[in-house]
Amino acid sequence: MNVQETMAAFDVEQIRSQFPALNQTVYGRQLVYFDNGATSQKPQIVIDAIDHYYSKDNSNIHRGVHYLSQLATQQYEDARGRIQKYINAPLSEEVLFTTGTTGGINLVAFSFGETLNEGDEIIISAMEHHSNIVPWQLLCERKKCVLKVIPINQKGELLLDAFDELLSPRTKMVAITHISNALGTINPIEEIIEKAHAVGAKVLIDGAQSVQHTTVDVQALNCDFYVFSGHKVFGPTGVGILYGKKELLDAMPPYQGGGDMIAKVTFEKTTYNELPHKFEAGTPNISGGIGLGKAIEFLEQLDMKAVQQYETELLNYAQAELLKIAGLQLIGTAAHKTSVVSFIVDGLHPFDVGTLLDKQGIAVRTGHHCTQPVMDFFKIPGTIRASFAFYNTKEEIDLFIKALKRSIEMLR
Amino acid sequence: MTLEEKQNEIIDEFAVFDDWMDKYEYIIELGKELPMIDPSKKTDDRLIEGCQSRVWLATDVKDGKMQFTADSDAIITKGIIGLLIRVLNNEDPKTIATADLHFIGDIGLQEHLSPTRANGLASMVQKMKLSALKAVTV
Repeated sequence: MNVQETMAAFDVEQIRSQFPALNQTVYGRQLVYFDNGATSQKPQIVIDAIDHYYSKDNSNIHRGVHYLSQLATQQYEDARGRIQKYINAPLSEEVLFTTGTTGGINLVAFSFGETLNEGDEIIISAMEHHSNIVPWQLLCERKKCVLKVIPINQKGELLLDAFDELLSPRTKMVAITHISNALGTINPIEEIIEKAHAVGAKVLIDGAQSVQHTTVDVQALNCDFYVFSGHKVFGPTGVGILYGKKELLDAMPPYQGGGDMIAKVTFEKTTYNELPHKFEAGTPNISGGIGLGKAIEFLEQLDMKAVQQYETELLNYAQAELLKIAGLQLIGTAAHKTSVVSFIVDGLHPFDVGTLLDKQGIAVRTGHHCTQPVMDFFKIPGTIRASFAFYNTKEEIDLFIKALKRSIEMLR
Repeated sequence: MTLEEKQNEIIDEFAVFDDWMDKYEYIIELGKELPMIDPSKKTDDRLIEGCQSRVWLATDVKDGKMQFTADSDAIITKGIIGLLIRVLNNEDPKTIATADLHFIGDIGLQEHLSPTRANGLASMVQKMKLSALKAVTV
């Protein structure tokens, strides 16, 4: 199927019409939004749900006896249930609301980390986002654990042989990204999870770049923890999900103390609430949770296979067009890639290219993408990154390529 | 020419551009043409690390006037540095310390000086003013 045919089957215009932010001009030009790796735009049903919550149902949840509180609690817990089904988590109490991917990883690194001992080992990879590096470094400092890093090759793929050598009975945690935000690499997490489990290690998957591109089934994966952010999956900012296996979450100590997470408080001894509340101290981001539920409802209506195929066609088209430009080098050429194109242009600073693209209405990301070790590996200061969502089009890629060519001409 | 006159001169120069790309074309030319910092002064202690681009700034006081030279690895940053230096060079420390650099906003480049932009320029202006303040108090 070529791009046009898929587009017809997929009806991108119908999808675009549900994202009001896409339909605007910046600097007098039609906006081309290619910064989906950083955050996604929101469909109208998510915006309406948040608007409705604050206009009508605003109330604190879980404690109120009154009508609005019960209404808000119901919606918030319905959202949890919807997300549970979407990622195929066995139990709703295994689905914790967090502040986002970063919040989820910090929770696990702190709380699961409390069960670790001096000399225990944690494995991450060379392509991790800073959010999946620094919490583990903090844990290593606190508990005198050892951090080990799976190296990558020039294509931006994990070296699995090296991973085999890093694994040992001392390995307690393998924390790995499903899809690299800087390179687009889709990692073979099934294999990684299986190998990690074989030595008795637990596995956390950073799904910040995954749920928007692919279906995630935490039971099929058999991962121990899976984290993602609401705002990257067409939901609001400030909310995210941590899935964790019940027996692990039950055994872990609370991360933060406060309201909602307690069963009984006395000055002598406090007992903690059951899952998921044990890890949800304080009034949560109620509208965020409800909005995220709506975003998942939106995703449910899509055929994710068609989405993947369409995004792959966008990726292939963009890469082919980019490679026609002299002096342009793709950073991240893994065999299995999602719709992220990182590149550099000989002699040009990514910031300059990004600034000129912006003035032509093209929103891309430039810099190190919070993956400084990846940039160090490729010996570059940063890249220009275009990341596509299913609402982007081939016509937008044409506009982007045209604007890029003009930018390069101006800078050379 | 006073600092204010220099700012107005730049505002006039930019008034002819009604297209963003023309404006940036001009900034890029400034970035390419302007004599920048002596390579021996591109040292780590003069480096202002931004998230996006890096800036080196050297300051000097000559006959009671401030002298700045600077460089950046990004050409647009370099062009804007050129404008800032044109306005601030050869001015009294006191004038610089209290200068309202409104021309940047007037020509539509405020985003580059916003502290959240992280291209090193906001920190550079702050350093220029601090070094001027230091020269006043010495």
